[in-house]
Amino acid sequence: MKVHEYQAKALFREYDIPAPLDVVAHTAAEAEAKAKDMGLPVVIKAQVHAGGRGKAGGVKVVSDAAEVGPTTERILGLTIKDLPVRIVMIAPAVEIKTEVYLSLLVDRGERKAVFIGCADGGVEIEVTAKESPEKILRLEVPGAQLAFLTADSCKEFATKLMGDADLADQTIAVMQKVAKLFVEKDAALIEINPLIVDGDDKVVALDAKMSFDANGLFRHPELEELRDMDSEDADELGAKEKGLSFIRLDGNIGCMVNGAGLAMATMDTIKHFGGDPANFLDVGGSSNPEKVVAAFKLILKDPDVKVMLINIFGGITRCDDIAKGILASLEQIDVPVPIIVRLVGTNEAEGRKLLEGTKLISAETLEGGATKAAELGGAA
Amino acid sequence: MSILIDDNTKVIVQGITGRDGSFHTEQMIQYGTNVVGGVTPGKGGQTILDKPIFDSVSEAVAETGADVSVMYVPAKFAKGAMLDAANSDIKMLVAITEGVPTLDVLEAYEALTTKGIRLIGPNCPGLISPGKCKIGIMPADIHLQGKVGLISRSGTLTYEIVKELTDAGLGESTCIGIGGDPIIGSKFVDLLPLFEDDPDTESVVIVGEIGGQDEVIAAQYIRDHMKKPVVAFMAGVTAPPGRTMGHAGAIVGGEDDTAAAKIAKLEEAGIPVAKVISEVVGLLQG
Repeated sequence: MKVHEYQAKALFREYDIPAPLDVVAHTAAEAEAKAKDMGLPVVIKAQVHAGGRGKAGGVKVVSDAAEVGPTTERILGLTIKDLPVRIVMIAPAVEIKTEVYLSLLVDRGERKAVFIGCADGGVEIEVTAKESPEKILRLEVPGAQLAFLTADSCKEFATKLMGDADLADQTIAVMQKVAKLFVEKDAALIEINPLIVDGDDKVVALDAKMSFDANGLFRHPELEELRDMDSEDADELGAKEKGLSFIRLDGNIGCMVNGAGLAMATMDTIKHFGGDPANFLDVGGSSNPEKVVAAFKLILKDPDVKVMLINIFGGITRCDDIAKGILASLEQIDVPVPIIVRLVGTNEAEGRKLLEGTKLISAETLEGGATKAAELGGAA
Repeated sequence: MSILIDDNTKVIVQGITGRDGSFHTEQMIQYGTNVVGGVTPGKGGQTILDKPIFDSVSEAVAETGADVSVMYVPAKFAKGAMLDAANSDIKMLVAITEGVPTLDVLEAYEALTTKGIRLIGPNCPGLISPGKCKIGIMPADIHLQGKVGLISRSGTLTYEIVKELTDAGLGESTCIGIGGDPIIGSKFVDLLPLFEDDPDTESVVIVGEIGGQDEVIAAQYIRDHMKKPVVAFMAGVTAPPGRTMGHAGAIVGGEDDTAAAKIAKLEEAGIPVAKVISEVVGLLQG
């Protein structure tokens, strides 16, 4: 789960990580009113879950109070990487003496938490990492030490990053607090780009990007409240509540599969035979009939869907449970499209028997089902 | 022979009194797995399915001489259970549990590794050496004892490929589901050497998906160190970037971890990649 910059900065302040005070506005009038007492110049930043905000015109410095309203208006009119801007954050513009890059993330390759640093701040770190890998600093931190990171363990990294002893000390303090925030909130990424030295020689987080581990959210109800519902697909969130994993795509073949890997492979197989999947949908293990009904409703909500392919390899999931769910769906919902069903594995015979005499099209193999689906979906 | 588990493996079950734990313990016993006990804190001294229950893994190991623990405890309690295993002399922990917070896995992995305990999973179906020992949740009857080793990040997709191998009469030496999370205890490259050294494994299938670089690292390892033929299947060619496809670890973060990029790297290393599941058998025989 991602949060906006202003939300990340509020968490920073909660953990005593220095970040400039800011206000948030949804309209030009609100921006004018809230920025009134702020010293000029101010910076107005689009709050949207996309990178490259600056390049897209979503970050503007304003020196004239009369320009705050109109500039906010323009930024709120932008769409950045398909996401309409609905919120801006306004903060006093800060003098920047030095800017560096600092982040903390989980490196899945090394199976460690790792700080990444780069003395060139404000740049795209992925580009620097590719073009000048020697500029990238790394500090691996064992998971068990995140909560009480010692200054000694950060010293070399911070000194290389900042060059100056006093600035390094301030940076060490930031790193310790970032690590604490990371572990206490189950973060997946904390990125400060740039971390700056201001006119008073203070180290300050000028930007903040945070995302959280979805598996950790159960112990952080306070973070759920930060979720920007406007930037999430309501159907996808609703699916999650019902225990389904669902992602909408552009094609016309609705898919219902048990297991994430098999669901991806089913989409790939459909594509291989010239079809186009309308969605990713994993009904999960031990699927009860109600989950199948919910999955039917989700898939058929999409008017583009011309055919459905249900591919189940029973393990924990029982084919007769799925068959019962299909029958219940056919009773409860008007299903205007052909349905191809392939059931294999646990209680396969019972499942198939339940579906005898229905108008469903039965497939023996995934590839047979995918070929048929592609044909009915109108593949060339 | 097989790798990691066989007829002699003694297994304990963490979370044996839970709904999933007791169900799958019964299934494992039916298959012939030597389950010697279980662990549920607070229920030590009782029995279930005629097996003794202990309060901790270290007690269970001391009393039963167990080699492997398989864990079915809910995600909330997974870290505690994994650290409990790390505090024992068990040789391997198989973590079936789905949805364990990443930082919990990280800490438990460090503790287990420090003790020299191998971790399989989490968020995995477990592993099976057909005809000998089954540890996990996979359906038993699709398996056939044979000569193909299999390593996979997925559950049901693995069953699909196993069925192809079994229907073709090839059978499997050991099948390992390594899990779909970003942080897993054993990766392809940690297990491939075991198959290379196993006299009863003639060839290996690896089943990967989008996200991370494990398949690319495996490709380099196979090219440089393996004599046995390896065939791959990669899921997620049609996955949109930036979206988590069900498995927490299945997310295309950049251009390097797409299915297409991984397929290219595997093929560069001389490893044939099946485009559809039914091609796997042909590539193994070809």
